[in-house]
Amino acid sequence: MKFQKKSKVNVSIPTASMPDIIFMLLIFFMVATVIRQYSGLKVDLPQAEKIQKVPGSKRHVVTLWADRNHRVVVDDIAIKKLTNLRSIMYQKLVNDPQLIVALKIDKRNKMGFVNKIHQELRKAGTLKVYYFAVPGGEF
Amino acid sequence: MILGKRKKDKEVEIPSASLPDIVFLLLVFFLVTTSIDTEKGLDLVLPPPGNVEIKIPKKNLANMLVNAQGQVLLDGKEINIRDIARIIKQKIAENDKLVISLKTDADTDYQTYITVLDQLKKAGAKKISLAEPEK
Repeated sequence: MKFQKKSKVNVSIPTASMPDIIFMLLIFFMVATVIRQYSGLKVDLPQAEKIQKVPGSKRHVVTLWADRNHRVVVDDIAIKKLTNLRSIMYQKLVNDPQLIVALKIDKRNKMGFVNKIHQELRKAGTLKVYYFAVPGGEF
Repeated sequence: MILGKRKKDKEVEIPSASLPDIVFLLLVFFLVTTSIDTEKGLDLVLPPPGNVEIKIPKKNLANMLVNAQGQVLLDGKEINIRDIARIIKQKIAENDKLVISLKTDADTDYQTYITVLDQLKKAGAKKISLAEPEK
């Protein structure tokens, strides 16, 4: 009996479309990248369970840090007097009406201080806030 | 007279052999600079400025007070912080127009406030109103 000898199959991964694949990845990362990033202050975020991502683009998010020493930083501006916060936030709101404020407040702060920030944000008209927290909770 | 040889038609082509390399380099740059942050938070809409009082019928209002010790008072009854979600859920099931008015003391810990807010979110409360803290 004769077995038919299999012809040698040329095994090679086609690389012709590799540039296309890489281009696609490149475009994804270009779109996903936000170069603008601020280091802010070092804060210990509180814990919560029902946290969710800020919807929409990160371009509309202004981050406000408030540490336990009552220092406040908005994006890259250090706030010396809390009453200055209003005009800065108002300016940002004018530039971007869809503004969302991400509040990164240290968990050891007291509500008296947080309420002062609330008041300033209310007066500036930036009402949509996100209290940033880390997953966890149950105390 | 012959004015020099006629130039041959040169084939003008941009070399594309190194294109993948260039794109790879760009890709690596963006890979390194991208930080997909996974940070999340609790959303809330602050009340508009000014002391505009909005009249809410008393039956649609749940007063919640949080004191400096982290004790929670709901409509005059002290409740455990972990029971908030359950109790508020019941109340919302009974009355879907319920507005929760959250009032904190100036000395209340921020963590306590976030925990209470978290509990309210867990109960599915959409209408949360922040009240001015007691001075």
